[in-house]
Amino acid sequence: MMKQLFPIGHVMGFIFSLVLTLVALLVVYTDMSYTMGMVILVSTAVIQATVQLFMFMHVNESKEDKNTLYINIIYAVVVSLITIFGSLWTLVWDW
Amino acid sequence: MNWDKFIVDGLKHGDPLIIGAVVSIVLVSIAIVAGLTYFKKWGYLWREWLTTVDHKKIGVMYIISALVMLFRGGADGLMLRMQLTAPEMKFLTAQHYNEIFSAHGIIMILFMAMPFIIGIMNVVIPLQIGARDVAFPRLNAVSFWLFFFGAMLYNIAFVVGGAPDAGWTSYFPLASTEFSPGVGNNYYAIALQIAGLGTLMTGVNFIVTILKMRAPGMTLMRMPMFTWSTLITCIIIVFAFPVLTVALALMMFDRLFGSQFFTMTNGGMDMLWANLFWVWGHPEVYIVILPAFGIYSEIISTFSRKNLYGYKSMVASMAIISLLSFLVWVHHFYTMGQGAAVNSFFSITTMLIAVPTGVKIFNWLFTLRKGKIVFTTPMLYSLAFIPIFTLGGVTGVMLAMASADYQYHNTMFLVAHFHYVLIPGTVFAVIAGMYYWFPLIAGFKLNERQGKAAFWTIAISFNVTFLPLFFLGLDGMTRRQYTYSAETGFGPLNLIATIGSVGLMIGFALIVYNIIWSFRHAPRETKGDVWDGAGRTLEWATHIPVPVYNFAVVPEVDRLDAFYFAKKEKRSLFKDKIEKIHMPSNNGQPFILGAIFFFWGFFMVFSMWKSAIVAGIGVLILLAMRTFERDHGFYIPVDEVKKTEQSYGGDSV
Repeated sequence: MMKQLFPIGHVMGFIFSLVLTLVALLVVYTDMSYTMGMVILVSTAVIQATVQLFMFMHVNESKEDKNTLYINIIYAVVVSLITIFGSLWTLVWDW
Repeated sequence: MNWDKFIVDGLKHGDPLIIGAVVSIVLVSIAIVAGLTYFKKWGYLWREWLTTVDHKKIGVMYIISALVMLFRGGADGLMLRMQLTAPEMKFLTAQHYNEIFSAHGIIMILFMAMPFIIGIMNVVIPLQIGARDVAFPRLNAVSFWLFFFGAMLYNIAFVVGGAPDAGWTSYFPLASTEFSPGVGNNYYAIALQIAGLGTLMTGVNFIVTILKMRAPGMTLMRMPMFTWSTLITCIIIVFAFPVLTVALALMMFDRLFGSQFFTMTNGGMDMLWANLFWVWGHPEVYIVILPAFGIYSEIISTFSRKNLYGYKSMVASMAIISLLSFLVWVHHFYTMGQGAAVNSFFSITTMLIAVPTGVKIFNWLFTLRKGKIVFTTPMLYSLAFIPIFTLGGVTGVMLAMASADYQYHNTMFLVAHFHYVLIPGTVFAVIAGMYYWFPLIAGFKLNERQGKAAFWTIAISFNVTFLPLFFLGLDGMTRRQYTYSAETGFGPLNLIATIGSVGLMIGFALIVYNIIWSFRHAPRETKGDVWDGAGRTLEWATHIPVPVYNFAVVPEVDRLDAFYFAKKEKRSLFKDKIEKIHMPSNNGQPFILGAIFFFWGFFMVFSMWKSAIVAGIGVLILLAMRTFERDHGFYIPVDEVKKTEQSYGGDSV
């Protein structure tokens, strides 16, 4: 009974995201190389996004019509890549 | 406690305009409270409006808020024009001018155009797809109240603490605490954040509504064009608004907690703000323009008595615009110093947008061709839109050329351009939409003679106001300059523009008069399809004013414009019997949540941490309450539905 009522997925997701945030924070508070810091930041960010998608946004729950899901994810990835690399191109690389 | 920080500088210096604003706000508030008490309307207001989850009522509240904001932003615009009427005017100080043009931009885009569009979506979309409400009615109420209280928070800045004065774009480093030490830009960061959250939820809500709640038989390619435009708009909202959310959060950290994202030292980058702002800001332009295209498509098709020309190309062009809208943002800052390759790329993508837009213009023209055109008020706005918007679009292509833009950048030419796109594009559209769909809510049409008088006043005054600005810009007058000398020769054209702006004010006052007059005197409609039986889409298939459950029986659709063909072939779209109808129940929590957000925002603006934490806990408590709540709505029994249907005369269904 308790098992059905207790939102174990949500609580786990919440704890995961707190832990991931703390790990990311280590980059600021400890002395590590730039590459090391970047590796930690990028990997925690990717895991964080995955945790959010599965634990809170129910990405694995749609039964019918997976195509819409894939189109949405592709659109999201394309828009974010455009934003990130467009910004880098404009502000940093500058050629 | 130090009360001094709440008092704006204008009051301390005895600026008559600020004193007038404070006095009028106090008087209006007292009048509203007294009026509600005297007429014993508090209970009515709470039960029928503040707690409502009905999409139609939420839509009406959006539209009323937007109209109020139209007048606030319009008054700002008038004051700007007054100050520029002649050389060396002393009407506004430089500081006050900065505050007013910032407010004019923010209010017109975020608190007028967006909510007006969202209001029309709320009223029309569920009806157009044959649904009884949106997918998440309660979330819809939350969206509205977050928008409303965000807008209110922004609006009190003028009289409490100090208004934002760094432009509607709030570029860093100007907007940083170093150069704008007051609380004004805190208001910007937090009020926009609260309102933006509401918009984001609206986006999610309408995507689900349109994808999941269409009437049986209505495939995607049988949806009305306004529904299509709303779907694509909401997709843009969902992808663009998170960027604003993040940018505003970083701005808040910079201003309140001393972080260094947008500073010029310690690894910060001030240009990153402009970059992020426009990554959101350019899609935002399409968020307000695409639904307008949808509204025009509906109106032009209805009053040409023809089906929309090129339905598929309309849909395809909107899909292309939605993708291109994320690929053009750098054209807002060609002069920031990035390389020629970057500018060339964004120059080309910007010009590409003219192609799908051109496709749409030609589709409307071909819809008109050989149509039996009826010149109603909404149709007049739509017809005026085509040439005026094209002028705005062509000047847009001029601005899109990066090298030429070094001349046009930040001049009045740009100001004229975006008013030429946004006013016919969005303002004309929402007014046309309001006239067109007004009977759905009110049960009567707005008076046509007065409506046409208002239209001609607005259409002519608009051109008188903004056409001179093109020439002023080419002569070298920059935007946001609060005065100029007589030697510049800017005087005469500015005078003409100011005269036009007074005309615009008269035009909008005529619309208000038209609404009030029609409420008292317009003849009430008896049957649903009020535009002489020319309605093509499902919103005209039900009674007017639309009953709370929208459709007694869910309609069945077998083709595009199904209602029109059903009328022609004399069959009914309603096949089932009347059954009990499941409805969501009203709830006061969204309103309370919005109010708590308002206080949270206010405390954050003034860095009152303890109070802000208390308010934040209040938000969490309300969210928790909602999580543990069990509310399955209620049923309207068959008898009651039948009784309501008979009260309309009962020939349909």
